[in-house]
Order: sequence, then C-alpha cells, then structure tokens
Amino acid sequence: MTPEENFMRKIEAEEKIEPKDWMPDTYRKNLIRQISQHAHSEVIGMQPEGNYITRAPSLRRKAVLISKVQDEAGHGLYLYSAAETLGISRSEMIEALQTGKAKYSSIFNYPVLTWADIAAIGWLVDGAAIVNQVSLQRTSYGPYSRGMIRICKEESFHQRQGYEAMLALAKGSPEQKAMAQDALNRFYWPALMMFGPHDSESAHSQKSMEWKIKRETNDDLRQKFIDQTVPQIEVLGLEHPDKALKWNEERGHYDSSDLNWDEFWSVINGNGHCNRQRLEHHIAAHDEGEWVRDAITAYNEKKRAKKAQNAA
Amino acid sequence: MSVTEKLELFEVFVRSKRGLDHKHVGSLHAEDHEQALEYARDCYTRRSEGVSIWVVKSADICASQEDDADCFYDPSDDKPYRHATYYVLPDPVNNM
Repeated sequence: MTPEENFMRKIEAEEKIEPKDWMPDTYRKNLIRQISQHAHSEVIGMQPEGNYITRAPSLRRKAVLISKVQDEAGHGLYLYSAAETLGISRSEMIEALQTGKAKYSSIFNYPVLTWADIAAIGWLVDGAAIVNQVSLQRTSYGPYSRGMIRICKEESFHQRQGYEAMLALAKGSPEQKAMAQDALNRFYWPALMMFGPHDSESAHSQKSMEWKIKRETNDDLRQKFIDQTVPQIEVLGLEHPDKALKWNEERGHYDSSDLNWDEFWSVINGNGHCNRQRLEHHIAAHDEGEWVRDAITAYNEKKRAKKAQNAA
Repeated sequence: MSVTEKLELFEVFVRSKRGLDHKHVGSLHAEDHEQALEYARDCYTRRSEGVSIWVVKSADICASQEDDADCFYDPSDDKPYRHATYYVLPDPVNNM
C-alpha cells in the first residue's frame, strides 16, 4: 500500500489522521489555512467584545463578558497549537494575518454600535460558530478534532449568555426592545454569511469534504442555523428580518432569501467597515506587547545564569 | 546501587485509538527514551491497548501540588457564569 492509499484508507475508515502520519501536501496546506483562519477569528473576535467590557450595563454582565473574552483567547491558543502540529510556526501565522495573507471571519468587520449588538453577537455569531464547530468535532485531523471538542464544551455558555441578554432587552422598555430589533436586523445576515459562500462557489469545499476536513457543506450548516433561529426569534417576540422566510413542508426546512453576496465578497476582500481598524489594532497590540515578550526571555536568561552561578 | 536506582523513571502515555488523547497509564524504569518506549510497549500494550505511546522522563514533569489546590483553583470557584446551566432560558429555546 502506498502512503497515499494508506492515508485514504484511514480517511474512509473514519480514522483520524495524527501529526506524524504521512499526509498529502495539499491536505496539510488546506488544514493550515482553515485552522489558522479559525484561530485568527477567535483572536480578532475579542476586539468588538473587549471594547464593551467597560460599558457593560451591570457588574454581572461585565463579569460574564470578561469570561467570554478570556475563553476566546484560550480558544485561539488551542487552534494555533493544533496548526503548529502541522509544521507552521506561531509567528508565521501571525505574520500572515497581519499582512492580510490569511483571513479571519468577516463577521468581525461589522461595527458594534450598541450593547444590544453584544447580546446579538453572543446569540447569533457564537450560535453560528457552534453549529460549524459541532460539525467539525468529527473532522479527520486528530488535533483539530480534539480542539473542537474542548471548545464546544467550554463555549456552551457563550450563546446562552447572549440570548439571555437579548431576552432582557426584548422584554424591557420600548427603547430597549427597539435596540434589540435593530441589532437582530443588522447581525442576522452577516451571521448567515459566516458559513461561507454557496457550495458551488466555495473554492476549497469539495476537496475538504473528500478528505473529511469539513463534514457538512456550507449550505447545509447554514440551513441548520436558519431553522434553529426561527423559534428563538419568536420567543424574543421580535420580528424576523427575513420577510421571505417560509416553512417548506416538502423539504422540512425553511426557505429564505438569498444573501447579498456582493457585500460578502467586498467585506472578505478588505472593504468592510472595520477591516483596517481590526488589523491596525492587532498590529499595534502585538507591537506594544513586545516588551513583555522580551522581558520573559530576559527573565529566563537571568534565572538560568543565576542557577549556573550557584552550581559553580 | 540497585538497577532501578541507576535507571531513570519514565511516565508512559498511551493513545488507545486514533483521534483520542494520549492518557497516562503508568511508569517504568529505563536507560533512555528508546528503551523506555520498548519497555512501555512490552508492559502497557500487550493486548493492543494502544496505537501510539509517549514516554516522558518523570523528572521533566512539573506538577501542581494537590495540597495547594484550594488557593490554586480558587479564582474559578466564584464564577458559576462560566457554565451553561447558569443561564435560565424559556423552555422552547432551552436546548441552546
């Protein structure tokens, strides 16, 4: 059996591929692209929420938001580490992010205008991410799969806290309810775009499905999210942003409006409201943190020198 | 000095199936990493318990102290909101 046949045998038998196994070069590259993009999304995603820590409406909401942002940092770390098992370094990945070579989820290029947006992000953005991540728990690459399992377990509170905050607004004063409706109207569509282009337009989908990096198609995952969100909007007592939404008895799913794909591609290609701001902030934070990284190395060297001196 | 005193102690981790984490299964004495790996195979995977083994020098493991557990983990104890069950949602959407 050639290494390639053995690799495909494992994939077909639903066995995981582990770091030291032989794998096709394009499988490795595809994974590095997907996992690093996923990691960058966790890290960039901290920016809009981090901005609201000082503006959370109560101490309780503030503590919850801090916990969520902490989780996102941790999830970025799990994912960077999983990508590192494929032979790429952390600094190469960060460089690719900062030069725009690597992407992150476009959702974070939309501006966050009110506290209701933070609630909508927890509910819809984390909700969409969870639909995707639950599916990725069965991805064929072992370290990625294990990372996803850990992330899904930890993240179960993210969507619930967002929905709870949304519910408080939706059941609050008329102004609060209007804020909630406005946030839903603005974040619903970009949340649907998080699943990526239609399968027919997706450059990496087919090979990724064949290799079981991805387990369900973009359109199937998006449908799942559309369906699960309908009763959630009903319980909030808000209006559904999609006026064309209609239950299709035959398909057993909701039919819905097509998305604004021009907007999708435009934001991916760097022209969203916040693309430049997000990257500038990441670069500034990284540069400003350099003295911390230097201090760590300097301290380690000092400790080592002291140890050597004591031993002598 | 007895043989075991001259040999180093290694900790053994076995992955029982592709896709699962390596789990600690025990320890053994060996001359070096290569020998530890062979001993681990003979000792811990006699009934096909694993598809992959890691051996790590016990001396290289830095562990937290269980006696200090209270203050070590204390910062997490008063944060129940890190758990999904903390959020009470209406029944129709409680499967979130």
